[in-house]
Amino acid sequence: MRCVKCHETASVDLPSRNAAYCAPHYLEHFEYEVGHNIRSLKMFTTDERVLVAVSGGKDSLALWETLIRLGYKTTGFHLHLGIGEYSDLSREKTESYARAHNVELIVVEVEEAVGATIPEVSTALRRVPCSGCGLTKRYLMNRTARQQGFPVLATGHNLDDEAATLMGGILHWQMDSLGRQAPALESTHPKLGRKVKPLYTFSEKETASYAVLRRIDYVVDECPNSTGALSLLYKDVLNRIEAESHGTKLRFFQGYLKNLRPALASTGQKVELRECATCGEATTAEVCAYCRMVDRVYKWKQRRVAPTPAPVSPPT
Amino acid sequence: MKVIFRIPKPHQVELQGRRRVSELARELGFNLESHLVIRGDDLLTRDAVVEDTDTIEVRPAISGG
Repeated sequence: MRCVKCHETASVDLPSRNAAYCAPHYLEHFEYEVGHNIRSLKMFTTDERVLVAVSGGKDSLALWETLIRLGYKTTGFHLHLGIGEYSDLSREKTESYARAHNVELIVVEVEEAVGATIPEVSTALRRVPCSGCGLTKRYLMNRTARQQGFPVLATGHNLDDEAATLMGGILHWQMDSLGRQAPALESTHPKLGRKVKPLYTFSEKETASYAVLRRIDYVVDECPNSTGALSLLYKDVLNRIEAESHGTKLRFFQGYLKNLRPALASTGQKVELRECATCGEATTAEVCAYCRMVDRVYKWKQRRVAPTPAPVSPPT
Repeated sequence: MKVIFRIPKPHQVELQGRRRVSELARELGFNLESHLVIRGDDLLTRDAVVEDTDTIEVRPAISGG
């Protein structure tokens, strides 16, 4: 297979785009398209400060690398989730990247913010870890961005993430979340910043290819808590279809953006947001889901540390 | 050739004879839409030929949760 630009031996083939590229031209193609995505959806400008959520995985580090190369003003934001060696390695890779590129990085410990690690949160809530993890990430990312003066938060969500989320939303007819899914979300409340996903047109294989060709040292291991996650099943199913019918994932998600989302937006009810009675962040309820979660975790911890009452001796 | 898988469990497969990456994927049962095939510092496309003496890594590109 030959590069469509220079006819040298290709390193990356993109059957969904009917193209193949050598390493230098693939990197050029990737960075050009990220820039195009940012500009076409007016995600942010080179004058704005962008907080980039960085996990230490291929997607977020590929995004950070690309934004730096494109000249955007970025600061990394890493959440240490407290998932054993996996989280320690993720932090190490992220900090190492920031040091090597001389870029600013904010690190927040979930254990300090929530009062427990993600595995503990899962036990306290009696839910799968991804549930409390997702809620914690969304809350702390948004709050940190606002508190530190970043008008926009960029995440490394890719086409596989978006297509799998869309598939889950359709399979379970989650109409509220279906209408909200988009690669660029405007602020809908003074306490909610803009959220953007500049990699939304790239498959996971494409972002991984970029990371490998740029020699980015990322965490290859899977999150140990994601075993059995439905999102992985949806990704697998979509990739099996993709192998037989190239371009399906991109058509699926772009078709949603073009056809279904506008229809849902025009018929859907507007969500009324107010400030949480406990923390003041934006929410639809009196107390936000994050504060309710933290309260449950606190009570769970209290029960664990409370001394067990001494057995009562039977009367003699 | 040696084919190294690191995830989910590290293991290695030894095969005799040169073949294309697409044939290797079919034979070993991995999807080229969700895996990278790496030889040294290079990525291999589905039509690339892997030689008998090569060592390659098959790395999943999918992450999630």
